[in-house]
Order: sequence, then C-alpha cells, then structure tokens
Amino acid sequence: MPEELNLNELSRVVFLGLSQNEMFTLNKVAEEETRCFFSLRYTSVSHVGSGDQRHGISSCPPRRLCAVNIAVFWLLGISPPTKKNTLSYKLSRLSRSCVYFLLSCLFFHTVVVLYGAPLLESALETFSLAVLLSTLTTLRCLCMLGPNVQAWIRVFSRDGAMSVWDTSLQITTGCSVVGAWLGAFPIPLDWDRPWQVWPISCSLGATGGFLTGLLVAPIWIRWHRKQLTYKLK
Amino acid sequence: MKRLPVLALLLWICCVFYVGIFLFVGGFLLVRLEVNRTSSCEDVLPPSSNTTSPDFCSKHPRVRRAVILIIDALKAEFARYDPGNVSPRPFENKLPVLGEMVSSRASHARLYTFRADPPTTTMQRIKGFTTGSLPTFIDVGNNFASSAVLEDNLIHQLGQAGKRVVFMGDDTWVSLFPRKFHRSLPFPSFNVKDLHTVDNGILQNIFPTLDGDDWDVVIAHFLGVDHCGHRFGPDHPAMAEKLTQMDGVIRSVIKRLQNDTLLVVMGDHGMTDTGDHGGESQKETDAALFLYSGSPLFPDPDAQQVEPEVVPQTDLVPTLALLLGVPIPYSSVGQVMLPLFPRNSSLDAPVGLSQVEALWINVKQVHRFLETYSSMAKDIPADSLSQLRAHFSQISSQYMSSTRDGTPPPPELVASMQEYLSSVRETCRASWARFNPLKMAAGLLVLGFGCILCYVISELSVAVLQGTMLKTPVLAGLMVGGAVAVGQIFTLGYVEVSWCFGAAVLFSEALFLWRARRVCPRGRLSHWHLLTLPLLVLLLRCASLLSDSYVISEGRVVTFLLFSLGLYVPLQLNWDGLLVPAPSTDTQKPPGLLAPPLPPSVVRRESGTLLVCIGVLVVCLYLSLSFHSCREEQGACQPSVFLTPLSRVQDSRLRNLHYVLSLASLSAWAFLLHRWLRHYGNLNCTSVAVFTARCLLPLASICMGLHWAVSATPEDTFRNLAELISLAHVILPRIAFGLLGLGMLLVWLDPLTVFLKTRAPLNSRGAVMPPPRYRASTGISPQAELHHLIPQLYQRIRQSLDDEGAKGTDPDGRPAVEAYGLGTVYSAPLVLLYGLMGLGMLLLHPEGMALAFLLLLLQAAALLYLHASSSNLSSQQSHSSVFSVPWAPVVLWSLAASQFFHATGHLPTFPSIQWGAAFVGFPQGHTGTTLPALLVTLNTFSSHILFAVSCPLLLFWPLVCELRGSRTSRLGGGEDGDDVVMEMRLRENPQQFSSALLQLAARYLFINGAQVLASVCAAAILRRHLMVWKVFAPKLMFEASAFIVGSVFVLVGVALVMRVDTAVARLFQRLLPENSR
Repeated sequence: MPEELNLNELSRVVFLGLSQNEMFTLNKVAEEETRCFFSLRYTSVSHVGSGDQRHGISSCPPRRLCAVNIAVFWLLGISPPTKKNTLSYKLSRLSRSCVYFLLSCLFFHTVVVLYGAPLLESALETFSLAVLLSTLTTLRCLCMLGPNVQAWIRVFSRDGAMSVWDTSLQITTGCSVVGAWLGAFPIPLDWDRPWQVWPISCSLGATGGFLTGLLVAPIWIRWHRKQLTYKLK
Repeated sequence: MKRLPVLALLLWICCVFYVGIFLFVGGFLLVRLEVNRTSSCEDVLPPSSNTTSPDFCSKHPRVRRAVILIIDALKAEFARYDPGNVSPRPFENKLPVLGEMVSSRASHARLYTFRADPPTTTMQRIKGFTTGSLPTFIDVGNNFASSAVLEDNLIHQLGQAGKRVVFMGDDTWVSLFPRKFHRSLPFPSFNVKDLHTVDNGILQNIFPTLDGDDWDVVIAHFLGVDHCGHRFGPDHPAMAEKLTQMDGVIRSVIKRLQNDTLLVVMGDHGMTDTGDHGGESQKETDAALFLYSGSPLFPDPDAQQVEPEVVPQTDLVPTLALLLGVPIPYSSVGQVMLPLFPRNSSLDAPVGLSQVEALWINVKQVHRFLETYSSMAKDIPADSLSQLRAHFSQISSQYMSSTRDGTPPPPELVASMQEYLSSVRETCRASWARFNPLKMAAGLLVLGFGCILCYVISELSVAVLQGTMLKTPVLAGLMVGGAVAVGQIFTLGYVEVSWCFGAAVLFSEALFLWRARRVCPRGRLSHWHLLTLPLLVLLLRCASLLSDSYVISEGRVVTFLLFSLGLYVPLQLNWDGLLVPAPSTDTQKPPGLLAPPLPPSVVRRESGTLLVCIGVLVVCLYLSLSFHSCREEQGACQPSVFLTPLSRVQDSRLRNLHYVLSLASLSAWAFLLHRWLRHYGNLNCTSVAVFTARCLLPLASICMGLHWAVSATPEDTFRNLAELISLAHVILPRIAFGLLGLGMLLVWLDPLTVFLKTRAPLNSRGAVMPPPRYRASTGISPQAELHHLIPQLYQRIRQSLDDEGAKGTDPDGRPAVEAYGLGTVYSAPLVLLYGLMGLGMLLLHPEGMALAFLLLLLQAAALLYLHASSSNLSSQQSHSSVFSVPWAPVVLWSLAASQFFHATGHLPTFPSIQWGAAFVGFPQGHTGTTLPALLVTLNTFSSHILFAVSCPLLLFWPLVCELRGSRTSRLGGGEDGDDVVMEMRLRENPQQFSSALLQLAARYLFINGAQVLASVCAAAILRRHLMVWKVFAPKLMFEASAFIVGSVFVLVGVALVMRVDTAVARLFQRLLPENSR
C-alpha cells in the first residue's frame, strides 16, 4: 500500500545529517586529495605522516571518507533492520561487506582500465580512483542495503526506491559516477594543467559529483515530494 | 512494400548533403589566382634606372650550365656527416661526399637546410621550386593526376633563353612540363614498392649525357630514397644501401663537372620517422640543399658573409635564374641566395651581378608581381599592401641615389631589401588562405537544413511515405535552380553551377519541411525527443570535432563514447525494471494496460545474452585500441605493430607469428559467417547465392592467405623462384578480387537462399490438407491469400538437416511447404555481402589488420545481438511502430564505423593514407588513375562502407532473434502462437517494413550528416585557427568523403533489401497457384 511519508521531516534529516557532517569533511577531503596527488608528482613531502608515502597517499582520501560514511550511517541508523542479532551473523555480514567492497574496487578498476586508462603505468593511482569510486558508491550501498546485490539492482530502477534514503542513494551514486565520467573529458586537451594528469581530474570529478549529489538529493526530494510515494516494505 | 519512394527519398537526402558539402568545400578550400603572365628578357622592370637596359638576361651569366640532382625525400638529417658517430643508424653518415666537399673546398661547396612549404608532396614541391610561388591546399588532391603547370616557371624560362634542358627520372615532370624539355627520359613513378627502376634508368643515361655536349641544364629526379622510405621506413638497411648509391652518383657527377657548371643536389621534402610525408612537421619540410661549383663561387669562409641557416625552397628559383642569366619567373616570390653572388661588382665585374644588383632586380620583380596580382585579385589586405609599397619606394629611392652618386650602396640597404622580400612572402602566404564566406554560409545552411530534414523524415517516416511528399518539392527546387541559372546567364553571362544547385536544394528542402509540418501529428516532433542519452552522445561526438585536441585523439574519444553508450543500454533497461524478472507479486499495475510480462526464464536468458554481448563489445573496444596509428602531433605514441606489412618485419619469428595470427583471424571470419548461415538454414538450397557462400567465400580466403604468404617472403630468399613469386603477387590477389566480385554479383542476381521442400504425402491427400481457416480465404484477392498463406509456410523454419528426423514423426498439422532459410531471407544475403566485402577490403590492408577486421565482425555481431536482446526485453514497453529501430543502436552502429576507421590504422590526415592499397594485385603500377583511386578509397573508408552496407541488419536482427510467441499476440498477424515467423513478419506488414527501413536509413544518415555538419562548422568557425590546415581541413575532407562513400553504401544496402523483397514476392507468386488451388 503506498503511503506518503512525512517528507519534510525526512528531507530535513537528509539535509542536516549529510550536509553538516559530510560536506564539511568532503570539502577537506577533496582538497587533501588534490594535494595528495600533487605531492605524489611534484613534491616529496609526505603530509600523511606515515613512513610509506605512496601507500599512504593511495588510500588517504578514501580512508577518511570511509570512516565518515560509516559513522554517519551508523549514527543515523538507516541500515536495514537485521532479523538476527547474533554476533556471528553480524561478523559474517561484516566480512561479506568487506569482500564486496574489495570486489567493487576491482570492478571499478577494470572498468576504468577498459575505458582507456593505462594498464600498467600508474596502476596505483588508477586503483586509488577505483577505491574512491567504491567509497562513494558501493560503500553507501553496503551501509544502506547490506551486502545484498539483488537489493542494489532493485534500487537502481525506476520503481525501486523504497524510502527517501534510497532516492538519495540513487542520486548521489549517479552523480558520483557521472562526475568521474565527466572528469575524463579534460584529459586530452592541451592546456598543460597539473590537474589534467591522469586520475586527478577524474577523482575531482567524482568528488565534485558526489558533493553535487548530496546537495541535489534533498532539493530534488523536496521538489518532487508530491510524486514520491514509497511502498511499504 | 514501397520500394521506389523509399529509395527516392534516401537519394534525395544524399543529394542534399552532397550539394551542401560541395558548396562549403568550394568556398572553404583556398584557391590562389594564377597570374598568367611570363617574364622575358626584354622586360624593363619599373622603376627603371637611368640606363634603360633590360634587367634580366645578363650577357655574362655567372654559371653557364647546371646539373640539378633531385633526390626525392633527401631529409636534412641524411646529408649531415658526423665523423664522431661510431655506430650510425642506416640513414646516418651515408653521404660523406657532401661533408668532405664542404670542409675541403669551402669556396666551391655549401650545404644548407632546405625548407619546403607544406604540403610536402612531390608534385607540389616540383611546382614550388620551379615557379617560385607558394602552393595552396586545393592542389593536394591532384598529386596523381598532375596537369601541366601554366604559371611562368624556370623550365619555361630556360627554354625561352635557348638553353637545352635534359630531363630524366620521375615522370611527374613530363606531365607538369609537357614539350618543354630538349630531351626527356621519364620513368614511371607511381609504384612505391619499386626502389630501382627510376634510379637505374637515370644512372644508365646521366653519365653519357654529361660527357656529351648536347645540354645546358640537366635535371635528374631520383625516387629511390623516397620509395625506400615509404616501403621500409628510414631506419632500414635498404635505406643505407640507397643513400650509399646516391653518394656514389654525386661523386661521379662531381668528377665530370667542368668549371662553368653548377651542381645542385637537393631533396624536395623530408620524411617522418615512418617514411611518410605530406604534412608540415619539421621532419617533413626540412630537406638538404647542396651546391657545388667547379670554380670558386662562394666567398671564403673568413669573408664576412652572413650565411643563411635555412633556405626556403622558393629561393632557389630567382637564384638559379640570375645565375644562369634567364628571367626570374613572373610570379616567383623567392629571394636570391646572397652567398652565390660576389659582394662587389668592382672586384670581379665580368663574372656577373653583385649582391646588391641581384637583390635589386629581385625586389623589382617581386614588386611587379605584387602590383599585378593585387590588380587582379583583391585578397591581399589593403593596409599591408600600402605598407609594402612604401617600403619599396624607400628602397628604390635609396638605391637610385646610391647609383647616381656612384657610391657603394650602404649595407643597410641589403638588409632592407631582404626584409622587404621576406615580408612580401609572408603577406602572400597569409592572404592565400582566402575564403568565400558566402558560399561557406550557404553550404552550412544547406547542411543544417539537411540534418533537420533527416530528423524529420526519420520521425515521420510513416506519414512521409503515405503522402506523396517528395515530388512537388523536388520539381519546384529544380525549377528554382533553373531560374537561377537563367538569371545568371542574363546578368552575369555565365552560370555558376554551385549556386544553381544550392538554390534548388535549399528551396526544395524548405518546401518539404513546410509540407511536413502539416502532416506532422501533434506532439510528434517535440524537442524532448532530442534529449535522450544516445543523441546526447552524438552531440558530444559532434562537439568533440570542434576542438583540435579531441580531433587529434579522435580514436580514443570515439571509443570512450561507444563504451559509455554500450554501458548505458543495460543500465537503462535496469532502470525500467526490465533486466531482471519482475517480482511475481506485482499487483499494483492494472493488468490490461501492458502485455503480459515475459516469463522469468526468458528474461534471465535474454539478460544473460545482453550481458555477454556487453562483455564482447567492451573487449572488442579495448582490443581495438591497440590497432591505432599515430598522428605527428601525438608525441609519445607508437603506431601499432600490426600496421607494418609482413615484408617489413625483420624478425622472422615475429613475422611467422603475425602471419599465423592473421591467417587464424581470416579463417575465423569465414567460419563465423558460414556457421551463422548454416544455423539459420541458409545453405540448403542450390541457388547461386549459396554457391557463393559455400565455395567462393572459402576459396577467396584461401587465395588471400596464400597471397599474404607470398608477399611476406623477403625478396632475396628464393632467388630461383623469383618469377613464380612475382607472378603470384599479381595472380593471387586478382583471383581473390575476381571471386569476391563474382560472389557479390551472384548475390545481387539471385539473393534468395530459401530451400523449399514439398512433402510427398501431401499430394496423396490432395485438397483435404488446407485447414479451414485457410480455405475460407480462397476466393478473396490474391493479396489477402498471400497474407494467410505465409504463416503456413514458415511454421518450421529453423530446422536444418539434422532436425529433420524428429520432424518426420510429426503426424499431422504439418505445413504444406517447408522453407528452410525463409526466416532470414532478408538478412542472409546482406550478411553474405558483408562477408564478401569485408574480405575484399581486408585484402587491401596490411596483413596484420586481419585481427582488426575480426574484431570488427565480432563487435558488429555483439552490437546486433545487444540490440536484439534489449528490444526483446523491452518488447512489452514499446508502443511505437513494431519494427522501428531506436536511436541507441543506430548511434552505436555509426560510432563503431568511426571507431574502426581508426582501429584499422587510418587517420584523418593525408600522409596516413595507405597508398600501398593501390598496388595489391597491381605491383607494376597502373596506367589510369581511376582504379588506384578506387582501391585507395575502398581501403580508407572500409569500416564506413562495411557498417553502412550492413545498416539494415539492425532492423532484421530483433526479428531473427525473436522470442517465440512474444510478438504474435501483439501483432495479431499470426494465427498460431508458436510460430517462428522471423523476418516474414516484414512481408506481412509491408507498410511498416518500408517505413521502418526508411526511418533506419534516415537515422543513420542523420548521425553521419550531423558529424559532417560539425566538422564543417569547425572548419568555418576556426578558419583562422593555427591548426586549420593541419587538423580541421583534413578532418573535414575525410568526414565529408566518409559521408559520401557511406551514404552510397547505405543506398546499396537498402537496394539489396529491395532486391530481396522483389525476389521473395516472385517466389510467393510462383508458389501460390500450386498450393492454393
């Protein structure tokens, strides 16, 4: 039975919860990430602090993003209610989530390479882009829907969204991927800018797309609140 | 089915585009006005000095005779000699004679870098260094159809002055300067693979000539170095051999020189690292110029003579003319080379002009040309013209005053004159990039309207076919064109054809669009239709043509867009909830609105197919990236290893590996086609088309494999079999061409691959057999009878021979006639034609491209199956015309054509044209120019041709792969839910068939036309861009040619479908009386 939710309230939650927590960190993350890539190419100063510079750099932005994402979703408590509450069940879900996350990193890496990224040269940078993309898309799916591919496929269809969270997930995920896609556009241009170097523009595009998604999702939900009807689970 | 209207409409669309392209190109490509005046000895150049003696033709020329050795593609790098280089590459240090002479006899010899003006093709260069003028873009095309030079030139002047010019070598000269030589010994130049004929011919003749006394100027044009570059590249032992031979030639010529003779050794252009030329990179423009004279001609090195570092090619003309004492050609804009003239005439007066005198004559001559030219044409800007005039009058007053006073002219005067000459040259170069903006705008308008027209026709194909929309606009357009022509005759006195065509086409377009507005159903042509993602991808593709960076990396851009659009298909299906089986508890939707959903197993199977297709597509796209060639602008880029012909691969193991790979791809190509045809039962009958598929196709492939083997053998390995090998070079490809041509002809003549089998027991039971439904229809019109007969005919189609046993047990309800291959009656000939043409074009490519062609086939199949399964999955949703092909597959199809243009090693630049294609099967070269031009066109646009001709397959494939019983219920055409009717559905709905075919072809033309429009816009907007001649103009030429070739082959494909349709109609007419009575 369709039911119109109290969207005003929910959208406020979306806006408050996501914007205040994530947008602030994300801004910093985007900035930091650019610096990460720049430092990789232009300076030898490691700002990560750890001894292994390259390793630290390749995972520094997504790592913080992961933490923020998980924390936000845990605090908001919008993950699907689990039927079983035993520790072993939770652990198995957690491990499956980790495996899924890793698989999605590999998947994104493959897709990006097939799109024309260099295969061997700067593979680490490519992989870090894949990790970033997984963080922006798969991790949110994992947090919201659990390690359940069927549900993921369901969410990304016209009638698949079952709550405002699903709708916002659709929008942010789409925006991140499209942002990364658009980020590839300036690469062939002969402007000789430092940010045109291979994965930087795509990472910036993905991050920018994600930010746009976060901004757009509440607005879109509010705008279409009359048309949005969700089925009860 | 309406055959003629469809063809007529498509032909009209094509004509519209052709006229638009013709108009725009006519206004865009630069044409320099040729000044048809000649200099003569009696000329007195204004302003005349007080002595009224003529300026040219001094009685005591500085040199009496000249030997000009032109070594084609003698790059500046080849002529350098570096004794410190211990391990020279094949092209380094092979001409030590030049270095020795320059260092040991400094006052006799000089070596310069000789810079050519682009385009660096041989004919343009010959024109350049004989007329002394600058070339324009339009000349590039006639490199192989060279016509006589009409402008004043050095050869003409030498002849006028009574000098005996003896020519030998490259036969381009004879066609450029017919009957100008005292004696000429031309040798054929077209065969790039032939390194020795021209050179050996010269060597046999040059020394006897030089020893004799019957000459004043000898011109010898060697081609071996250039051909060696084209065939092997500069970094090859053959190049070392060739350059060493040239070294010997120069030495022996120097030995025979007398004191009054000047030797000029020059390259007409350079070459890239792959041995090609034609562009304007420094590697291509910088050639070597070596001057040597028996008597000391140059100042001593310690004399303070400023030596030019780089000599422009045009400078040779005035220099040689003044040295030999003949007039400088009228339209030369070159500058004399000062080191060849003495500084002061007072010291050695009898030896000729001094530097200042020579420069003064040169300046006056250039000024005269400038005045004449600016009076004839208005393209030199007035302000720069007046500046040049002021400069000239200043020079002239200075010179006059110095001669009046008898004082030596100040050294600033020399610099000033040189500056004047350079600025004239620069002004001319800038303003000979001249456009006709009116024609360009008209071309743009026609093309823009053409695109709108295509879109409208594709959206309104049903309405357009129902009304007779075409006749009036075309007639009216023709009348308008005629009226314009008559008007031009009365007002101008002559007819300019392009304007007549333009007016006619524009008027007919406008009239058609106006009429289309009336028949247009409301809301059918809303703007929102244009904003779907496939068209957005097309828009991105068009936008990418406006940026030189994107054009340079076009191959990757297209692949990127294709990949994105390919991924979009499953995502869109998933968004619509069609990719996974719908949940069974879906009670929300009212059941009557939509057709019943597909059963989950079917959905799962179809989406599995879809994902597999996506996988194949993606892999093909990725692999195709490794077949790209490189533009000169792409710095760190290695051309694909598969692009080198096998004969150039030096490592024998690598060569064998490449050969085996190519052979495997070739057999896979033939096998896949054969397999598909057999699967759908198209190989059962005894028609000639089947004969083609069964025999001609494999035979041609075998011939090709053998030909590759023969051409891969190095020349020196089998000396005793040389004759046999050269015979095989000729025979094998010709046999393959013949077989493929015969196959295409046979497919056209009898395209049906249907095997009809009448059941024996049927006759015994007589008239009882036809079911009642069927009998009820007898007595109505034959048309209606046909309608009911057809479903009966193909109840069982896909059963091939192995299926027969099972069928024999079927006791009753069997069809009266079994027809094998009827389900793919339309697509089978098309697939066969595709296979034949693909093989033919593969033969024109380097052997390694077989892999790319296999990828092409696989990708085309993947796209077709992708389209088929996605349309199967979305069959519940589509409410529009049954057969209508949506935009996404058509855009994919058309982008794939551009993608494989790059993935078969082509680039939109002139140097990258694979001229070698003209010699496949004709290693001795050609007599005419039509056949080689045809072969090279087929080679260049092979992927466009293949995708264009097979475009109707997009319409047939969903029917070939149709789901049993899914469409019948909606159509209401079939009586029996389980019929596999496949392409016979098209026969049942001839109206929809023709409108869908028209729509498909119009969409394909729209996509290609939009790309042409975009590159036309790029050329028009960026016509003063730095890269216009390097990137945008060649891109425009290639895009326009691709459109022309592609549209012709779309028409061929559609015409073949029509041909099949008539054949099928005839077949049924033959069947009808037998079975219905």
